[in-house]
Amino acid sequence: MTLASFLDPPGPRGRRRQRVATVVTAVVVVAVAVIAVRRLAEQGQLDGDRWDVFAQRSVWMFYLRGFARTLQAGAVGGVLSLTLGLGLAFGRLARGRPVRWVATAYIEAFRAVPLVLLMFFAFLGLPRLGLDLGPFWSVVAGLTGYNSAVFAEIFRAGILALPAGQTEAADAIGLRYWQSMRFVVVPQATRAMVPAIASQLIVLLKDTSLGALVSYEELLRRAQITGEFARSPLQALAVAALFFAVVIFALNHLARRLERHRPAPVRDGLPAEALLPAAAAQASR
Amino acid sequence: MDVIADNLDSYLGGIAVTLWLSVLSFLLAVVIGVVVATFRVSPLRLLRTLGSVYVEVFFSLPLLVWALLFFFGLPKVGLTYPPFTSAVIVLGTFTGALVGEALRSGINTVPPGQGEAARAVGLRFWQVLSLVVLPQALRTMIGPLGSILLALVRNSAVAAIAMSVDDLMWRSDQLATSTAHPVEVLTGTFVAYLILTVPGTWLVNALARRYRFTR
Repeated sequence: MTLASFLDPPGPRGRRRQRVATVVTAVVVVAVAVIAVRRLAEQGQLDGDRWDVFAQRSVWMFYLRGFARTLQAGAVGGVLSLTLGLGLAFGRLARGRPVRWVATAYIEAFRAVPLVLLMFFAFLGLPRLGLDLGPFWSVVAGLTGYNSAVFAEIFRAGILALPAGQTEAADAIGLRYWQSMRFVVVPQATRAMVPAIASQLIVLLKDTSLGALVSYEELLRRAQITGEFARSPLQALAVAALFFAVVIFALNHLARRLERHRPAPVRDGLPAEALLPAAAAQASR
Repeated sequence: MDVIADNLDSYLGGIAVTLWLSVLSFLLAVVIGVVVATFRVSPLRLLRTLGSVYVEVFFSLPLLVWALLFFFGLPKVGLTYPPFTSAVIVLGTFTGALVGEALRSGINTVPPGQGEAARAVGLRFWQVLSLVVLPQALRTMIGPLGSILLALVRNSAVAAIAMSVDDLMWRSDQLATSTAHPVEVLTGTFVAYLILTVPGTWLVNALARRYRFTR
């Protein structure tokens, strides 16, 4: 729905009202910003010596290496989640009942609990069972436990959304189950699923910051360390937040461009929800 | 298993806090989401920009980063809230962006002809939105809004840990580190979260199916 459809072009009175409303909004926004900045300045939060640490190259390197660890955990977690997710999706679609039940139970349970809980379990619980993963693999285990279930549902939805004619045609020319999956179903399903996969990978990258809670020294944890060390926790966090915001904003932007290249869905007879873009799907995940 | 039996009260209290935290945050998120979505379809360019900036900021910040910024930043601008209130604000503002985006996408699934027809019979902007567009949009939004609520229940664990609110996750963390039985304690927490969220998932799916329609 575009704006034009709810509104006729405003007349002279409407235009005047819009100008007044714009000015009022601008004044309110500027006023809030000014008050916040002045409060921060009064508390000495904007003083130069609070920010001095960031003049040092070593501090930036400390942050950058932390960010490299964020990416590392994100990449390993992403690859493992996608692999395990694909396996789970096939498991849930399998003909054998036990396989289907196990895959379904895993997917439904691990999607339903907080990722932090899985990370804590890997970090605090597994060593008691004789499996000491350490911070990095605890983070990866937590990320994989949750995201593999999410990816499994994305893959399954993609496979099910493919018109039945495709698998029927594959059957008709004599392909076996795995052949039809490999040559017909999966290639087409993945193309349609690329935007959803991309946005979930971004969510996964954001969630690596939870590693700070299990002492994995990624960007956020390093910002906390810097903040304690330099006695300016707010400033150290603000720099890390800016880092995250810039990178993830750029990635979100890229993901949205992918979405525009997605083949148009068949509109007739689809549930109205299917018309939602993947960004909304991300919002709901 | 004794650990869980001995601390059953703590678990139940934690579940209650998690539920209460989630419900209050969701109410705040819906209010913010409606405002943001309205901004984003409003005739004023400035409001549209503000709406998109809000959504983009919260789509780009990890929840834990936002929670910690809030925790360290707010006292510095002279505002202090008790932990529970802070957690509600952090979760509500964060989830508000998700709700706003979901509502806007829902509005986008309503064919433009609906809005044009409403204009043609003489309805005003608010009437078009509230009488024609939103009722149709909301039906497609039941699924996504339900998933947002369930994601909020999971996210409440992050905010609670960051703010030391004594919800299910925070209490479990305390128990896991203090009792030397982390496996049993955290398995109990896993089950407790399933009890909280799985019936919710069924309910959301059933409602979404009930109100589903095709275009």
